[in-house]
Amino acid sequence: MRPLPELTPENRAFWTGGAEDKLMIAFCKDCTAVIHPPQLVCPKCWSEAIDSRAVSGTGTVYSFTINHQPWAPDMKVPFALAVVDVDDAPGVRVTAEVVNADPESIAIGQRMRITFLNVENVWLPQWEPAS
Amino acid sequence: MTMKASITGVGMSQIGRRTERPAMAHLVEAAKRALDCAGLTRADIDGIATYPGKADNSPGMSPLGTGEVRNALGLKTRWHSAVPDGPSQMAPIMVAAMAVATGQARHVLCFRALTESSSQTATQRASIPGSGKPRIGGWLSHLVPANAMSASNWAGWMATRYFHEFGMTREHLGMVATGERAFAQMNPLAVMQSPLTMDDYLQARMISSPLGLFDCDVPIDGACVVIVSAADAAKDCAREPLVIEAMGAALGSQETWDQRADLTTMGAHDASADMWQRTDMKPGDVDVLALYDGFSIFVPYWLEALGFCGHGEAKDFIAEGNIGPGGRFPVNTGGGQLSGGRLHGFGLLHEACIQLWGDGGERQVADARTAVCGMGGGFIAGSMLLRRD
Repeated sequence: MRPLPELTPENRAFWTGGAEDKLMIAFCKDCTAVIHPPQLVCPKCWSEAIDSRAVSGTGTVYSFTINHQPWAPDMKVPFALAVVDVDDAPGVRVTAEVVNADPESIAIGQRMRITFLNVENVWLPQWEPAS
Repeated sequence: MTMKASITGVGMSQIGRRTERPAMAHLVEAAKRALDCAGLTRADIDGIATYPGKADNSPGMSPLGTGEVRNALGLKTRWHSAVPDGPSQMAPIMVAAMAVATGQARHVLCFRALTESSSQTATQRASIPGSGKPRIGGWLSHLVPANAMSASNWAGWMATRYFHEFGMTREHLGMVATGERAFAQMNPLAVMQSPLTMDDYLQARMISSPLGLFDCDVPIDGACVVIVSAADAAKDCAREPLVIEAMGAALGSQETWDQRADLTTMGAHDASADMWQRTDMKPGDVDVLALYDGFSIFVPYWLEALGFCGHGEAKDFIAEGNIGPGGRFPVNTGGGQLSGGRLHGFGLLHEACIQLWGDGGERQVADARTAVCGMGGGFIAGSMLLRRD
């Protein structure tokens, strides 16, 4: 079984937003910086007023790879991993497995939308083609 | 500026696959060879340093810490350090250089030992960080749970973007892999000795696109030791000291494999720029290159990071024959990690030193006096310029 992320005060919103089908991204309330991975303090202005907000959940493929090697005994291959520039959160990328698509069909510049895989108390982001 | 530190000896164990030899047996063999190389005895060693220290989060990745090695070799030390969190696998060499430059020690034994080959089983692969752990934290928590478990995935999406922007193809990376294999065939210590043609390279199975089997380095069992000595102490050693001319360890982006604004660059670019600011030497002064090749794609990144060619120009630089046998800027003349085995950078540095001492045999680069070594991939990097006066 795949390892799951530890939930911490700063990342809980990101890993559990999927329960309400929302991609939650951390922002600084004072300087409006986008913060990813989420932090307790804003790396730009050191403000501790950090807020997580739902973004649209769409984005554009910056890069990708198609994994062919079963790294764990229960891993089904091949599958694509996409590094996606997230809309409404400049500079933030979310890297996740691509679902509901032929891995070979993924391309840089492709539009994607978020979906979630719930395992225990975590909602792992996954990307699927937007159209 | 020159650091008051030199490399005075190197030694490597008989690298192998599934050797079933204990890590310590490899380490002792490498240490003896390094001491012989330097003309030193155990009593001269007063410091010890390693990366990352004893670690069990990935099978066979680092079975030995400084404590066990001190015990086994009966060392009394004035300085010891294990650096899991430093400028890449080069951290212990850098720490040792600082230790001798500040008088904390005179001769520091730096080591790296791995038993990743023997540690692999049908259900347990090497180099899968966090494998078998129920919960994972830090930067890995944004990769491993997404099924981006292997560094080949992370390097794979770097390569995809680089290919897209600059028109690099698998053939260019094939030139890296086949060139290193040609060097390996001239190095008895290299673990891969059979010929590797471009057809072999292109027909091999895909691991994580666009990286195939021969774009990935080889897990091995083995150890390597590098002795770093103070400038005055180095004069008493058997060989000409290899002076550490400059080191670079700068990092300009987050500790992640996906958030750097331009993933056609990496930490190597920050570290290299920092290194060149500390010396009057230029890339054109370099005779031998030792560049981290955990994956073939890191070689063009390092070439550009160090300024041997411009951004996006590495594919032409490689295709023009600069880096293989007979090239102006030969890279990984011992076979690198792709063909020599994954010694986490230490094997690359070992070969650079062999070349500077003129001991490269059939693969010797004529009158090699200056070498550059770059270790690390992704967000982490360390670079070092060495010269023989």
